Parts: sequence; structure tokens; C-alpha cells
Amino acid sequence: MKEIVVISGKGGTGKTSITASFAMLAGPEIVTADCDVDAADLHLLLKPDFRIEHDFYGGFAASIDKSLCIGCGICASVCHFDAIVENDSIYSVLPIHCEGCGYCTEVCPSLAIQMHDRFTGKWYDSTIKTQGRMIHAKLGIGADNSGKLVAKVKKEARLIAERLGAEIILIDGAPGIGCPVISSLSGAALTVLVTEATMAGFHDLKRVYELVKKFNIPAGCIINKVDLNREIAEDIRDFLKSEGIPVLVEIPYDEIFYQAMTAGKTIIEFSHNAIAEKMQKAWSETLALIG
Amino acid sequence: MKVAVASGKGGTGKTTLSVNLASYIAEKEPVVLVDLDVEEPDSALFIKPDHSSMLPIYKDIPVWDAETCQLCGKCQQVCAFNAILKLGREILVIPQLCHACYACTGLCPTGALTMQPVQMGELSHSTHKNLSYVESRLLLGEEQAVPLIKQTIFFVSHTFSKGELILFDSPPGTSCPVIEVMLNSDLIILVTEPTPFGLHDISLAVETAKSLDKCVAVVINRAGIGDNAVHDFCKANDLPLIAQIPHQREIAELCSNGELVYQKFPEVQRELDKIASYIAEFQGK
Amino acid sequence: MKFVITAKGNSWESPVDERFGRAQYFFIFDEAQDTVEVVNNSDINSVEHGAGPKTAGAIAGLAADVLITGNGPGKNAASVLQKTGIKIYTGAGSMSVREAYTAFKSGLLGQL
Repeated sequence: MKEIVVISGKGGTGKTSITASFAMLAGPEIVTADCDVDAADLHLLLKPDFRIEHDFYGGFAASIDKSLCIGCGICASVCHFDAIVENDSIYSVLPIHCEGCGYCTEVCPSLAIQMHDRFTGKWYDSTIKTQGRMIHAKLGIGADNSGKLVAKVKKEARLIAERLGAEIILIDGAPGIGCPVISSLSGAALTVLVTEATMAGFHDLKRVYELVKKFNIPAGCIINKVDLNREIAEDIRDFLKSEGIPVLVEIPYDEIFYQAMTAGKTIIEFSHNAIAEKMQKAWSETLALIG
Repeated sequence: MKVAVASGKGGTGKTTLSVNLASYIAEKEPVVLVDLDVEEPDSALFIKPDHSSMLPIYKDIPVWDAETCQLCGKCQQVCAFNAILKLGREILVIPQLCHACYACTGLCPTGALTMQPVQMGELSHSTHKNLSYVESRLLLGEEQAVPLIKQTIFFVSHTFSKGELILFDSPPGTSCPVIEVMLNSDLIILVTEPTPFGLHDISLAVETAKSLDKCVAVVINRAGIGDNAVHDFCKANDLPLIAQIPHQREIAELCSNGELVYQKFPEVQRELDKIASYIAEFQGK
Repeated sequence: MKFVITAKGNSWESPVDERFGRAQYFFIFDEAQDTVEVVNNSDINSVEHGAGPKTAGAIAGLAADVLITGNGPGKNAASVLQKTGIKIYTGAGSMSVREAYTAFKSGLLGQL
């Protein structure tokens, strides 16, 4: 069983549209996972049925039992996050500021403070329009996006892939260079880097590739909006060549990305078109790379 | 007056709007543009500041004194972030994981741990005529954005206190870093595109802003692509839709090169003017 | 030599867990004593931050000479492991525990 993780560093490069097209081309035999849990969008194209829903807890928050609170204020004096406030000599925790460090619980003389699991979001086990399975999640507002929910999504995707005998897990990876994307990449057989021919796109490609290199994960690259800026496209090609990263395909700037998305469809379903052919090529090249 | 420019997801044109709006307003009055996407600030690609002053930014982390330590392991026990480990006869601190809660130093029975500053980021600032630009960047390997965002906002509030308009270019998403920026803003301008992705993400961003009791105004970028769902959403939720930046490939081409857009596109300038007026009016109230 | 191999199960035939920080099991083989011990690390699933270092701390307590894993520890975990002097070998991500051990003996794994 092999994991293919699609990442991009920067938002708006077409990563999710491309991942969705791959899922369409691959059909029901693969399992898809949306690890872009902070503002997940893959479901808008693959139409999962949200069949099974689970609550997810990550991190902790403190809460003060009013009936035990003696109003000494020691908790507030040790809290470095301004998360404890006083009202009428009773103290309470502001969850949005609470960092979950637990210092207050250690110092409360009347043992009035407990740490509770913090509800961070939900994850779902769905069937998508290809009849394949998809694991995805929604991070709650203001939640801490550590790698944990991402790790959960991947774990569940692996369990399902094992049960079904699926050979491939296709993952829409998290953006950035922190824990969520590290968690997305962990265990990957191949990463597909999606970039665009812009300064910011190239900038972020280089950054995220540093991470990929460190974890020794083989990579292929898709250059999207390649005709937006010839010079930068050439710079990107040079960079990829110097790093030994094969170009899976180059896609010209095309409105079809928006049109298909607006129709709630992947580019593959939208119509027979040159871009769909590019997606097909990219997917075959990807499969060839993982062997 | 502090205005945050935010969006639910990345790639909607938040930075494009921030740099163009700041430059446009700066033609008439002093503006401070602050890039708070500290993992990777990229406004400088457009603003191209020169003669920047740099300031190292620190966070406190525990430092261990072997002599006074009695190896009780209390520090490891109370650390909720696995930033302190007791390995045999040694206490190891992992600075990137430390949230500076002071629990370990506060609860150590022998005072073997003290908090000391260590650099985790860099703030740079420059001023050219009416436009001041401030940007903060996390040092490579640092993982926590919030402490740097907090200190940058503090710096800005104290350095620019003559009533200049302050624009925060926020990080993408709706998690902790964005919350920190929103908490410190008077008005939140949400940028989105009129597509299903744009609708989905702006609804999350609105929920986030509302949960913090903040006023929201919406700007549609790439108006003309997609559908009217975002317009309908704004109407249904009483959200002021204050400007719509038209979609044109040429605009994307200019941005790809790090160039400002409004001087070459009067229709964009008109929309920026609407946003500037809205901010001025909001400030008046 | 004493080996620790990150694993997804508790036998020689179990697949290696290519992750370090959130590895589910530690398969511990002591060559000299010819004994096998398996430690269940799945409590790590509930850890939000610092899973890598926490796991590294747990490994440190085993006093092993060699760690065999898949992708390798992240930098925070690596800094902890460095203190223990344990030798880290990677690249065993798609092998079974037995295959990983053999690969190590044949000099086929890369050392960090």
C-alpha cells in the first residue's frame, strides 16, 4: 500500500483541484484522505456522503469548578495567557485564551481546577462519487492545528485501505511547513508538489521542498499556470532539474479550474478538454514514479 | 485603527489586496502595513522595502542548572507540551515545543530552571514616505507563530501611535495565529473568491470573526468567475460587501512578478477607493 | 547489540512503522540475550504536541544501541536521541521487522 501526498506550500495553486482529478481518474480502488484540515475543500469536488461522523479531541483546556473556588486568585497570578478572569470573587477560564498548560491545576489550593479534553473538530468516513472511500475532517474554529487530527485522518485512511485491499492512498496535504504538513508527509511513498509560475509560488515551492528533502521522500512536480510568467516558469524548471525532481506535467492558466469547481465537478467530469488530458498525463506519470 | 485583511484559505488574494490597498491609501495619508504571515511573509515581494531596520524577537525558554537540580522530574511531569525531558541524569529542553507557560520554572522545588530569552524570530521595518512596512519572520525551525505575532502587534502599537491606519496582512486559515490577529483588530476585511471554495472558506472565516465579536466586511476578488453564491451569502448574513475586484488574467500576470496592480487598472483603483472610504467611515463611528 | 525497531505490530513479521514519533510499537531485540520485548506506544495517539520527543524519551529509557525506523525522527526528536548516543538507521519503511533487521546486518540501511 502506497501513499501519494499532494502538497503546495502556498494556497491557490490548484492542489485540491488536481487531487480531486486524480481521485476521479483512480476510481473506487483507492482511498482518498483530506489532510488539509484547516479550511478543507476537497469534499466540495468529490461529494462525500459524510456517512460516519466522529468527534475529535486534541489538547486540553482548564475549567474551574465554581463550587470549589475560594477566590484566592493564585491561578490567575500564574497564568501567562490571560486566560483566567475574575468576576465577583469567583474565577473562571476563557477557553479561547487557554493554552492547556495546566499550571493553574497544580497551584489551586482547593483543587477546583481540572483539565478537560478539548473538542477540536470532527472527522468523517465517507463514500465519494467514484464509490471510493474518503476520510476527511473539519477543524473547529480557533482550534490548535497540530499534526494530531491529520495523523488521525491518515490512520483511519490506512485502516480502511488495509481492509479493502486498496493499493493507493491519495492525500490532499496541508499547506505550510509546520506540523500539519509534516504529519501529512510522514510515510509517503511519493509527494506531488504543485506550484505556479509566480514569485510567491516559486518561493513557497523551495521552502516546502526543503522539508520533503529532509524526510527523503521522492517527489514529482506539477507546474500550474505555467504560461502566466515565462521567466519564472523557466526558473522553476531549472530549480527542479538541479534537484532531480521530474516534471509530471505543465498546465497552462485556464479558467476551467474555476468553471469546474463552480459546477461542483472535478475537471475530469467537466468536459473533454486539454486540461483533463494534462491531469491524465500527470496521474500516469505519478503512477509510473511509484512503480 | 487596526484593520485585519484575512481569508479562510490561502490563495484568495489577501496579500495582493493588502499591498495594493496600503500603497493606494499611502498616496494620501500615513499607513502601516504589517505582514503577520510569520511562517512565510511575502508582502515584501511587492513592497520592496529598502533600508530595513531589523529587530531580533525573543521568547523565554527554560534553562537548566545541573548543580541545583535534584532530578525529581517534576518539570517533565508538569510540562503539557513534552518540551522538557528527563533523560537519566540530565534535563533536556526542546525550545521549539515550549509554550512559555512557566509551569516548570515556577514549580521546580530547587529553582534549577530559569526562563531566559532565546531568539525565535526577526522583525524588520522600514518607512518610505507615507507607507511604513513591518514584517516578522520565524527563524527556520521555529514552530510557533502566535508569540511572534503577539510581539509584532505590540511593537506596532507602540511605534505607531499617532492614529495612523494599521493594516494587518493575516496568515491564512482559521486557527490560533489568525485568532490572535483578529483579537487585536477593530475591523476584519475578509477576502474571498466567488466560487464554492471561496464560499465554504468565507463562511468559516465569518464564523471565526463572529465568535470573537468582531465586525466584518467582505471583498470579493476575481469577481466574474464562479457564481453568485458568495453574494447571496453576504446578503443572507447581513455582511457588507464593500468591493469587488474584477478578474483578469493580466492582473494575475502583474502579481506573478510582484508588481502592484492599481496604477495600471483604474477599475481596481475604484474598488480600493471604496474600501478606503468604508474604513474611514467605520473609523468615524 | 540491542535493537529498537519502530513497528505496527508485535511480531517479527509485523510491518515496520515508518513514522518515529507516532510509532505504535517498539520491537526490542537483544542479540546477546536472544530476547524479544514489545512495548506498546499507542498512548502517543492522544498526545497533541511533542509526540516525537516524548517517544524519543521513551526510547532513551530502553538503553538500546541501534534504532531502526522508516522516515526517521523529526528534528526535535532527533535532538533528544542524539543525547543517548543511539545509532539511527532509516529506510526500513516498507519492510517487515525481520526484513529490516536483515537489511541492517547486510549494511543496506542508511545511517543518520
